[in-house]
Amino acid sequence: MTNADIHSDAHAPILKVRNLCVYYETPKGDVLAVDGIDFDLYEGETLGLVGESGSGKSTAAMGILQLVVQPGRIAAGEVILEDRNLIGLSENELRNIRWIKLALIPQGAMNSLNPTMTVGAQIKDVIVAHEGRQLRGDLKARILEMLSTVGLPGRVYELYPHELSGGMKQRVCIAMAIALNPRVIIADESTSALDVVVQRVVAQTLLKVKQMLGVSMIMIGHDMGLMAQMADRVAVMYAGKIVEIAPVAELFADPKHPYSQILIESVPSLQERKPLKIMEGITHDPRNPPPGCIFQLRCPFVMGQCRVDPPPMRASKTGHLVACHLYEVSEDGELVNVRVAARDT
Amino acid sequence: MSELLLEIRNATKLYTQRAAGGVSREVVALQNFNLNIPKSPASIITIAGESGSGKTTLAQVVLGFTRLSSGQIIYDGQDISTADAQQMKAYRRQVQAVFQDPFGVYNPFYRVEHVFNAIIHNFQLARGNAAKAALIEDSLKIVGLHSEDVLRKYPHQLSGGQRQRIMMARAYMIKPKLIVADEPVSMVDASLRASILDVMMRLKEEGISFLYITHDLSTAYQIGDQICILYQGSIAERGRTVNVIDRPHHPYVQLLVDSVPAPNPKMKWKGEITLPPEEEMRSSIHSGCRFYPRCPKHMDRCLIAQPPLYQVDTVDHEAACYLYAEDAIPTDVPQSVSV
Repeated sequence: MTNADIHSDAHAPILKVRNLCVYYETPKGDVLAVDGIDFDLYEGETLGLVGESGSGKSTAAMGILQLVVQPGRIAAGEVILEDRNLIGLSENELRNIRWIKLALIPQGAMNSLNPTMTVGAQIKDVIVAHEGRQLRGDLKARILEMLSTVGLPGRVYELYPHELSGGMKQRVCIAMAIALNPRVIIADESTSALDVVVQRVVAQTLLKVKQMLGVSMIMIGHDMGLMAQMADRVAVMYAGKIVEIAPVAELFADPKHPYSQILIESVPSLQERKPLKIMEGITHDPRNPPPGCIFQLRCPFVMGQCRVDPPPMRASKTGHLVACHLYEVSEDGELVNVRVAARDT
Repeated sequence: MSELLLEIRNATKLYTQRAAGGVSREVVALQNFNLNIPKSPASIITIAGESGSGKTTLAQVVLGFTRLSSGQIIYDGQDISTADAQQMKAYRRQVQAVFQDPFGVYNPFYRVEHVFNAIIHNFQLARGNAAKAALIEDSLKIVGLHSEDVLRKYPHQLSGGQRQRIMMARAYMIKPKLIVADEPVSMVDASLRASILDVMMRLKEEGISFLYITHDLSTAYQIGDQICILYQGSIAERGRTVNVIDRPHHPYVQLLVDSVPAPNPKMKWKGEITLPPEEEMRSSIHSGCRFYPRCPKHMDRCLIAQPPLYQVDTVDHEAACYLYAEDAIPTDVPQSVSV
């Protein structure tokens, strides 16, 4: 069963990523920042992409947007947005897709605004660049409406970025991202570096905007709490590969991959005081991953097979995908831990 | 000799902001802050708050990087603003710091061993190579590292978690009484955070107290003994960490605790919150409660004067809010109650 079959009865994927590889060239060989990732993004869903720093989350986003810059390159793969492969398109063709169909809320969005232009002028720029000149009054009314969608007062239109707080700037970036009514928004750590209360306001703005426009969203981040609040499905990345994709409730209740298990156990909670779960941080050289599973050096359950064969992605009937030799798909479509099964019989 | 290790009395820090046209205005970073840290038992005291709440200013005045506008910091009975050079050197030895950025604190040209050698040399901690090596090995052991694995490496060859643990080992080697840890885990990956928090717990067992400065309530909840939650330079609520977070009383702290995203998809945020426009948030700086513009329960009296700390719930649990003025017993001199 492939990834696409599982949801065949549900709505079709709007974005399909297949075997995407993004490598960075270094004198000692390529760093395999994103090494063959596959996933689908369905209409109207929020897919969380989590992993520690250096796991390739942001690089994957740049790969999808075709914004990989030197020394990076897209080494292989397909990014199919509404039946069109973005890889290999010319800059001109991409111009008609970026912002219009595929918008980015960048990491540190607060620093991505132009300090010399008012908020209104910047949003106007985006619209005029893509849609051509239009009546000034119409344009302003439209921008004011967008600002109110993200919960900002109209006077923000006249203000410069330095006159706004971090949370307000972040919401201006959300307003810009939705300016052209895109199909897919990629939000890269869009609420990190904000205070908890402001983070909640921005996150709720994102949720509201998503529901209002019916847009699909890829949310990149490392805060598992935020993922639990925002995402419909979560993909866990480790060292350039996706190791698990699952509906959010399933991932939190029953994480399969040993790395996901550690990730979820290490989230500090305000509900209970529990003993700290400590894990060692030895990772392989990203230029030269070991044969077999990429998590073998840190995995508490590592087996002989893990050092030889890379684990294939296995899918349960509920759409829970995991790349780990510990699991087999049973006849009724469940992921079964082979080790536990062997012990029980 | 005092019973208290560190006593912060009415600490106030003002910064003067010069605007165009020669008009200057004062920004209160920290206002009438009081905190007592007992000599024993060692404890982890969390200072939490959002950006601009004054938590880093507090770290800087305790570490002696900047001077208070008014108030005192008394270490072991000695006011550090009047300490002589020798007393200051002793203070710097007994109060150590671990900073937020485990990348920026290292000189990338030196191997990790340089960090330890420099401090052994500066404080004359050991003589002879064997004694030095034993001292370093001993310090690294407590943070779960081995000298042969890390000492000959350059900082870029270590993970953020390892680098931060080495900073903890460095601080431990001097055998301080207090470590000021300013956001020590916020730049370390989630899966490695626990190892640093664990080191803090272990050092506490060794008799070292922590002033743990963070914006992350969940890590404070896991390891902290006492907590002070600051809002725009003043204490909003303080008490035992578990009490404050399980039963927050101040409206700001209630909002804060409620806004921490729960790592559980079944416990979604309830209701939507809105923030007042920026200028209103800064309007009540000099009179009344600073949380007034955002407070869902504000009353007229909140505008007249800043609320003192009132006892709520248990003896050592206090909140600076008039909601608790009538039914709770105001602690006699609210500013000088020990935590």
